[in-house]
Amino acid sequence: MIKVSGLTKDYGARRAISNLSFDAQQGEIVGFLGPNGAGKTTTMRILTGYMPPTDGEAIVAGYDVVEESLEVRKRVGYLPETVPLYTDMVVFDYLKFMGELRKIPNVDARVDEVLDMVGLIDRADGFIGNLSKGMRQRIGLAQALLHRPEVLILDEPTIGLDPGQVVEVRELIREIGKERTVLLSTHLLNEAQNICDRVLIINKGKIVAEDTTENLQARLIGAERVIIRVRGEADDLASAIKQVKGVQGVETKQDGSVEFEFASGKDVRPEVAKQVINSGYDLIELRPLGMSLEEIFLELTGSDNKKK
Amino acid sequence: MRNIWTIAKREYDNYFNSPLAYVVAFSILLPMGIYFSLIMFVSSQQAMMGGPAPESAPINWLFVFLMIFLSPALTMRLLSDEARMGTLELLLTAPIRDFELVAGKWLGALMFVLALASLTLVFPLIINNFVSPGIDWMVILSSYIGMILVCAALLSIGTGISAIFTNQFAAFFVTLGLFFFLWFMVSLPANYLQQGGDVLNYLSLSTHFSQSMNNGTINLGDVVYYLSLIALGLFAGTTAVEIRRWR
Repeated sequence: MIKVSGLTKDYGARRAISNLSFDAQQGEIVGFLGPNGAGKTTTMRILTGYMPPTDGEAIVAGYDVVEESLEVRKRVGYLPETVPLYTDMVVFDYLKFMGELRKIPNVDARVDEVLDMVGLIDRADGFIGNLSKGMRQRIGLAQALLHRPEVLILDEPTIGLDPGQVVEVRELIREIGKERTVLLSTHLLNEAQNICDRVLIINKGKIVAEDTTENLQARLIGAERVIIRVRGEADDLASAIKQVKGVQGVETKQDGSVEFEFASGKDVRPEVAKQVINSGYDLIELRPLGMSLEEIFLELTGSDNKKK
Repeated sequence: MRNIWTIAKREYDNYFNSPLAYVVAFSILLPMGIYFSLIMFVSSQQAMMGGPAPESAPINWLFVFLMIFLSPALTMRLLSDEARMGTLELLLTAPIRDFELVAGKWLGALMFVLALASLTLVFPLIINNFVSPGIDWMVILSSYIGMILVCAALLSIGTGISAIFTNQFAAFFVTLGLFFFLWFMVSLPANYLQQGGDVLNYLSLSTHFSQSMNNGTINLGDVVYYLSLIALGLFAGTTAVEIRRWR
C-alpha cells in the first residue's frame, strides 16, 4: 500500500531525508520513530501529497504521489503534527466541510459516525476554539478517518492526550490497522512497542533500523537479562540460581537482588522460579530487564551523537 | 467545480462570523447612505428650479471607490491566515487542485461583495419612485455589471497577494498600495507623455468603469480588461500556493 524508494528531500542546502526506502502492507501498522528533526514529518508530508520530493519515488495506495497526487490524496487520511483546525468553526460544520471536499455521500451521517468513534459526539455543536488540546487531537483524527481512507498517516497521534484517551486512541488505531495501512510517527517508544507491527527507526534522514519490535530487541541483545528479588536474606541465592541449566552471568547486586542472563529463545525463568522456591526463599519479584526500545533507540541513534 | 463551491461557501459563511466583514459593510453602506441622501436633497432643491433628475451613477461609483480601500481587508486573510494557522496543510492534502482552492476563496469573497452590492439596489429603486417616467434600468444594469467586474478584479488580485504572504497585514498593505497605484497613479503621467499615454490610461482601474460602464456603455475592451485582471490574480494565487509546496 505504501512503497517508498530512494526518497530524498532537500530544503535549500539542507538535506532533510536522504534516500529513504521502505514499504508498508495492507493491515499493517508501521511506526516511524526518530528524534526531533529526523525527517518523520517531511516524509509524511511527501506521502500525503503536501509537498513533492526532490528525488525518488513514493507509491501510495497504488498511485504515484507526484504524478497522481489527487488520486493519492483521495485515499489517504492525514493527521498533521500540529493538528491545524479552524478554531472559529463549529465541530460538526468543520467535519462536514472536510467531508464535502472529499465528496462523501451522506456526509451528515458519516460525521456523526466518526464523532462517535472518537467520543466527541456530545461536542458536535461546540466551537473548536473552546475544545481542549486532547479533544482537538481527536477532531483531527476524526477528520483523517472521515472518508474511510485506505492509508492512514498520523503524525504523533497521541500527543497531548490524557492517559485514558491515549489508551482509547491506540485501541482505535489498532482497530483501523486491521484492514488498512497505518503509518504513524511517535517519539514515545512504548507506543511504538504497543501498537506497531513494525518499526522504522529514522535518524538524520536515514533509516537506521527496520524490523518488528521483538526482532529489534533480539537482534541487539542476543541474551535476555532477568532480575530476581526475594524476601529477607538472600545469601546463597546466587549459587542456587547457578545450578539451573542455561543460566549465565549470575551477579549479586548491592541491594541483595540477583541478576542473570539466558540466551534469547531459551526461556529458563520457570525453572529458575522453581529452584528459588525449592531452596526455601520467598520469591517476590522475577522481572525481565530486557533491553527496552529506548535503549535500542539510543544505541542506534546515539553513536552519531557521541562522535560530535 | 464542486470543490470551488465548497470552499466558497465556507468562506462566505465565515465572513458572517467575523467582525471585520461587518466593519467593511458598515464602512461602505453608511457613506453611501449619506451620499445618497445628499444627492436626493440637492436634486430636490434643483428640481424646483427645473434642474436635472437625480442619477444613481455617482452612488455606484462611490461603492467601487470605497472598495479600493475596503476589499484588501476582505481578501487579506483568505490564504495568508490558512498558511499561518497551518490549515493550509489540510487543504493541500485534500483532493482538490490548487486552482480550485484559490478560485473558491476568491468566489467566497465575491459572494460577500455581491450580497453588499445587492443591498445598494435600494438606491435606484428609491430614485425610480421620484423620477418620471422612471429611470433607465439598462443603465443601472450596465453600471452593476461594471461594479461587479471591478470588485471581482480587485478581489482576485487581493486573493493572489494573500497567497504570497503568511502575515495578513503584509497582504493588506501590499494590496492596498497596488490598488492605490492602479486607481489613482498609473494614469497620472499620461497627460505629460508624448507617447505611451494611452497604454497607461488603459492600465488604470478607474477609466474602464467610471467613463463607460457606469454610464451605460459596455465596451468589450473594458470587460476584457477586468476579466484579464481576474485571471491574473487567480493565476498568481495558484502559483504562490504551488511555490509554497516546493519550499
